[in-house]
Amino acid sequence: MSDLLDVKKLRVTFPTASGPVDVVKDISFSLGRERLGIVGESGSGKTMTGRSILRLIRPPGKVTAERMDFEGTELLAISEPAMRKVRGARISMVMQDPKFSLNPVMTVGEQIGEALAVHEKLPRRRVKQRVLEMLEAVQIREPERVFGLYPHEVSGGMGQRVMIAMMLIPEPSILIADEPTSALDVSVQGEVLSIMNDLVTRKGMGLIFISHDLHLVSAFCDRILVMYRGEIVEECRADALHAATHPYTRGLLASVPRLGETRAELPVLDRSAWETA
Amino acid sequence: MSAISLTNVSIAYGGNTVVHDASFEVAPGESFALVGESGSGKSTVLRAITGLAPEWTGEIALLGKPRGRTIDRAFAAECQMVFQDPYGSLHPRQTVDATLSEPLAIHGIKGADRRVPEMMAACGLDPKFRFRLPHQLSGGQRQRVAIARALMLEPKVLLLDEPTSALDVSVQAEILNLLKRLRREQGLTYILVTHDLPVVSFLCDRMAVMKAGRIVEIAPVSALADDGLTSDYARELVEKSRSGLA
Amino acid sequence: MTTREWLLTESPSSRMQARLGRSYRVWRALIRNPLAVVGAIIILALVILALFAPFFATHSPYTGQLTQRLLPPSGDYLLGTDELGRDIWSRIVYGARITLVIVLLVGAIAAPLGLFLGAISGYFGGWTDRILMGITDVFLSMPKLILALAFVAALGPGIENAVIAIAITSWPAYARIARAETLTLRNSEFIAAVRLQGASALRVILRHIIPLCTSSVIIRVTLDMAGIILTAAGLGFLGLGAQPPLPEWGAMISRGRSFILDQWWVATMPGFAIVIVSLGFCFLGDGLRDVLDPKSGAKS
Repeated sequence: MSDLLDVKKLRVTFPTASGPVDVVKDISFSLGRERLGIVGESGSGKTMTGRSILRLIRPPGKVTAERMDFEGTELLAISEPAMRKVRGARISMVMQDPKFSLNPVMTVGEQIGEALAVHEKLPRRRVKQRVLEMLEAVQIREPERVFGLYPHEVSGGMGQRVMIAMMLIPEPSILIADEPTSALDVSVQGEVLSIMNDLVTRKGMGLIFISHDLHLVSAFCDRILVMYRGEIVEECRADALHAATHPYTRGLLASVPRLGETRAELPVLDRSAWETA
Repeated sequence: MSAISLTNVSIAYGGNTVVHDASFEVAPGESFALVGESGSGKSTVLRAITGLAPEWTGEIALLGKPRGRTIDRAFAAECQMVFQDPYGSLHPRQTVDATLSEPLAIHGIKGADRRVPEMMAACGLDPKFRFRLPHQLSGGQRQRVAIARALMLEPKVLLLDEPTSALDVSVQAEILNLLKRLRREQGLTYILVTHDLPVVSFLCDRMAVMKAGRIVEIAPVSALADDGLTSDYARELVEKSRSGLA
Repeated sequence: MTTREWLLTESPSSRMQARLGRSYRVWRALIRNPLAVVGAIIILALVILALFAPFFATHSPYTGQLTQRLLPPSGDYLLGTDELGRDIWSRIVYGARITLVIVLLVGAIAAPLGLFLGAISGYFGGWTDRILMGITDVFLSMPKLILALAFVAALGPGIENAVIAIAITSWPAYARIARAETLTLRNSEFIAAVRLQGASALRVILRHIIPLCTSSVIIRVTLDMAGIILTAAGLGFLGLGAQPPLPEWGAMISRGRSFILDQWWVATMPGFAIVIVSLGFCFLGDGLRDVLDPKSGAKS
C-alpha cells in the first residue's frame, strides 16, 4: 500500500504564561488510500493534528515534525503560496459546523464554483455543470434550486453536504473531516457519512476522520488512532477495537452506556492507572 | 397522584404549533425519558412545563396542582431544570458560590454558608472550587455546578435537557452516575430529554418517543433491550443507535 | 505565600479573596497597557489638582490686578494673565474642579439611567421596548450640543443646568448599548436558570443582566468623557454654562477669543488643558476596553 501521507514526530506547541505546552507530542502515523479515524476527548490534540497537516495552526502556535511527507512533498518545507495550492486542491478539510464555514452572502453554487475555479481554469458554463454534478453526487435532490440558495436557506444536513461537495470538487487526494456529523441529527448523520464514504472509496482518496465518538469511528473507519493528551495511545484496526489494550481505550469503551444497560453504575476512568507510567 | 401529568398539550412558538396533543404521566420517583431528534419538540415540552414557553393549551399538572403559564416561587421550589450546555447555563461573572447562593436568596432561605458546601460535596465538587468563576472549571465540573444549583431548593422533580450531550464520554459517565445516585438518595423524579438511547437505557424507567411534535410511542425502557418497541420510527431509532451511527 | 500569590490563586478561600483577586487581575492587565497608564496618570493628576487646588494655585483665581493684565507667561505668572490681570494657571487649576464635577455628575446621572432603561427595554421587549427606544431615537437623532443648548435655554444658564442638559443628552447612547447587550443575554440559559428559580424580573435585570452590561457602558462613558468636557466647554464658550467669574475652561477660551492674535496664551492655555484631559480619558477608555471587553474573552 503506497502511503499518501507519512508523518513522523509531529509536535504542536503553544506558549502559555507558564511556559510552552505541547498539545501534540511527537506523534507518527501514515495514511494510505483508507479511512483513518482519530479518536480522542476534548484537549486530546486530535483537531490540532488535523489542522497542522494543512498548516492551519496560527502563530504563536508552532508546528514541527521530522517528516510530513505528502505524495513526495515535504509539507513543512514548502512556501506559503505553494501550500495554498495544496490546501483545498489536494488536501481538503470539512469542519464541524457548516453554518460557520460557509460565506453567508454568496450562494451555495457560487461558493462551490469558487472552490473549483481557484484550482482549475474552466469556462463558466463548464463550472456550473461540474457544480451541479457534484451537488447531485452528494445526493441533493434539486441541484438547480439549491445552486441558487444562500447558506441560511439550507438545513444543517444539507449545509454539511454542500460543504462536502465544496471540499471534494477539486478532487483532492486526502480529505480531513473534523467531527463532520456531530452537529447533525442521527437520521442525517448516516446519510452524510455514507455519501462521504462512497466518494472516498470511489475516487481512491485517503480520509482522516476526526471524532470524539468511539463507536461511530469504529463503525465507519478502517483503522483507528486513539489520542490522549497529545499522544497516540492506541493504534488498531477498527474491527479489533474491542480487543484494545491500552487502559485509556478500554476505560473509554467501558464508560459508554449501552442499549439495554444493566450495570448499576458506569465505570469511571481512573487516570492514575497509566499516567504515572 | 402523579408527579407530572400532561393532558392533550399543544405548544406553539410565535403562533407555530410545534408540539401536538402530548399526553403522558410520570409517577413520583420515576425517571421518564423524552426521546427524539432535534426538531421533534422534546425540549419544547420541558420549556412548557417550566413556563419558559407559555403558548400552550391543554392541561399540565405538577404534583397534582395545575400549572399556570408563569414561573412562580412555589413552582420553583418543587421543579428545577438542568440545561444542555454547561458553558451557557452558568453566569460568566458569578462564582460558584454566588450561583449556588442565588436560589436561597430568592426564596429568603438562610444558611447559605452551610448549605452551599454541603450541596457541593453531594455533587462531587471539591470545596476549593467554591469561589472560582465558570471559566476556571472544566465542562464536567460546570455541569456538576448546574446540577447543584438545581438541587439547592430541594425540588421533587428535576427536568434534564440533554445534560450530558456536550460532555466527553468519560465525563458523561461521571455525570450519569451522579444523577443516578442523587435520584436514589433524594427520591427525585426525572424527566430526561435526549437523543441518546443508551443514556435512556442507563438512567430511565420509561420513555416516550417523539417525532415531528407528536408522541409516537410510550414504552418501558426494557423494550430497548428485548425488541419490545412497536412503532416503526422507534425501531428505526434503535436500529441506528445499535449500528453505531448515533 | 506572598500577597501576589494569594491574589492570583486559582482557588480562593473566601468571597473577599476572590473579589480582590479579580480586581488585581484587571489592574495587572491595565498597567501593562502603556496608553492606559498615560491616561490614568493624566486623570489622576486632574483629580489631585482639583482636590488640592489652593496648594497648586499661585494666585487667587478670582481677583487680579488690573495693572498686571494680559502679561505673557513668565516666572511669576506661569501661563500669563488674562484681561482682568488674573493668573491663568491658577484659574486652570481651580477650573479642574468644575470640569471634574461636571464629568462626575454627568457620569453618575447618565450612565445608570441609560443602563437601567436599556436593560428594561431589552429584557421586556415588545411595547416597552418600542416606546423606550422611540424616545432614545428622538434624543439620538439631534446633535448633542444643540439639544443641550435648547435645555439650557429653557432651564436658564448656569453650571447645574449645564450638567443636567449634558446628562439628558448623553444617556441614550448608553441605553442603546445596554439594550443590545441585554438582547443577546435575554435568551441565554443562565438567565433562564435564574428565572426558573423564581427570581423577579427586577432581580434578574439588576443582579444578573446589568453587571454584564456595565463593563461596556463604563468603557463607553470613559470614551465619552472627552465629548462631555467639550460639550461643557462649548456651553461655557457660548456663555450658557458656568457663569463668570467661575474659571470654567470653555468660558476662559471664550473670553480669550478677543485677544487671540496679540495675547495668544489667554485662549490657548485653557484649550491645552481641555485637550490634555480629553486625551487622558480617551487613552484610559481604550485601555479599559482591552481589559474589560467581554468579547476579548475571559483570559485575564
